[in-house]
Amino acid sequence: MNPILVAQGVQKSFGAVSAAADLNLSFERDSVTSLIGANGAGKTTFLNMVTGYLRPDAGRLSFDGQELVGLDPRRITRLGVSRSFQIPQLFSSVSVRENLLVAEGIAAAQGIAGVDGVEQATDAVLERFGLERYAAQAAGLLPEGVRKLLDVAMALVAQPKMLLLDEPTSGVAAAEKFGIMDLVMGAVRGQGVTVLFVEHDMDIVSRYAARVVAFYDGRVIADGAPGKVLDDAEVRRFVIGEEPHASA
Amino acid sequence: MRAAAWSPLSPSAAAILPQWLVFLLALALAKGLVVLGLVLLMRTGLVSFGQGLYFGLGAYAAALLANRAGLADAALMIVAGTACAAAVAAILGLLLARYREIFFAMLSLAFSMILYGALVKSSALGSTDGFNLHAKTFAGFALAAGSERRLFYAVSVVLVFCVAWLLHRYLASHWGRLSAAIRDNELRVEYLGASVYRVVYVNYVAAGALAGMGGAFAALAVGHVDPETAYWTTSGEFVFIAILGGTGNVLAPFLSAAIFEGLRTIASQYAPNVWQMSLGLAMLAIIMFLPGGLWTLLQRRKAA
Repeated sequence: MNPILVAQGVQKSFGAVSAAADLNLSFERDSVTSLIGANGAGKTTFLNMVTGYLRPDAGRLSFDGQELVGLDPRRITRLGVSRSFQIPQLFSSVSVRENLLVAEGIAAAQGIAGVDGVEQATDAVLERFGLERYAAQAAGLLPEGVRKLLDVAMALVAQPKMLLLDEPTSGVAAAEKFGIMDLVMGAVRGQGVTVLFVEHDMDIVSRYAARVVAFYDGRVIADGAPGKVLDDAEVRRFVIGEEPHASA
Repeated sequence: MRAAAWSPLSPSAAAILPQWLVFLLALALAKGLVVLGLVLLMRTGLVSFGQGLYFGLGAYAAALLANRAGLADAALMIVAGTACAAAVAAILGLLLARYREIFFAMLSLAFSMILYGALVKSSALGSTDGFNLHAKTFAGFALAAGSERRLFYAVSVVLVFCVAWLLHRYLASHWGRLSAAIRDNELRVEYLGASVYRVVYVNYVAAGALAGMGGAFAALAVGHVDPETAYWTTSGEFVFIAILGGTGNVLAPFLSAAIFEGLRTIASQYAPNVWQMSLGLAMLAIIMFLPGGLWTLLQRRKAA
């Protein structure tokens, strides 16, 4: 097999806190993996290192054969790694449509636009994510679920090879969570996109991930199929046990 | 459309308006150009308290071209003022495009005060008094005595509106959208794969060029340059005019600059001692009741 993302001996600490202690992970193309773990276990730190926001203290990260350590988020985005954020990063003062137009415009400047041009491509995204009725609203005034969707929709505009989602359903009403995940997974299905998502809701994890990587204290304590990992004694104690809302 | 053709800010007005009003409006157009650049920066989320640097550079470059190089052609002087300011902005922009908020504002102010200090100390350039200049031709055509200001005003109006229209197009383009996006969230722009630095740099240089063009226009209108053009109160005046007009439209700076110059003329005649106080009160009223500037009044009327 030829993995798309490989982490070798990646280390990162913030003072005395180790957020990544010798991480060795690889991710297959076109796979869906969930990263789980208690707060502070190192999941988001891992995403931040992959996207160039943080630089590992040691180790290597390679994406599609290209070394990522030392590149900034912009370069890494251009290599084909897009991300969404735990707190959606939007252009709050302009409309949903304008948000997507910015994303489409940037993609077009890099030669990624659809054949129909920026406006049509934007309309297509609005439709795919069910955002048409919010199109004219200011992004800063949207309900959280819609903000999350827009955040992911913008990340996908660049047609990435890899999509990193940081808690795509946190802060969203329980009834809406599956709807959001269905839309997101539907948008990437059949596109050959490798998905990594950080998630605290174990129902979401077991439903959408083919593989689960459990973090604790900057280390990987379990890695494998959801059924196996979620049954692991250490995972039950350190991950699920410490997340009361996750077992509901 | 017919009313617009006869408004004071139209070329045909130059033929019928009294001389003092032509002068006032020519100065308003010049300052409006500087503020137009400031609006571009503000749309990107930056406020410069140092546009006097480029205003002064443009004015002195135009004046020196006429006085020292003997090329007293108004068109050439405007080109020289714009080019000189753009060149300096292209160098300083490399540094300034890395800064935001108060650091950007203060650093740009510091650079403008360096120019002010240099001009004050240079006796060859007239020190604090500055020097006079006089344009003999415009694009090769001799400027007849007396009608000079009027003709020049008419041409300024056309040119300035062309520049405003270009900026309007720019703001409506992808780069304009990207500028507003940077004001909202730089992190997201970088994570979409675009360079924030590049957009800020380009906008900074464009704003510098516009301020230089405004400086050259002002020098031609007044017929005199002095270090005051680069002083921080001049830069502050530009920010004042920008806030007074608002950033909603590319014509707002010109409307606002005309009102500002008009107020100043009236106030200095009838209330010379409280003129600055009345400015302060006007600013207070704008910030409290019209945070989007005077332009929002026009928008409201359109919406009603």
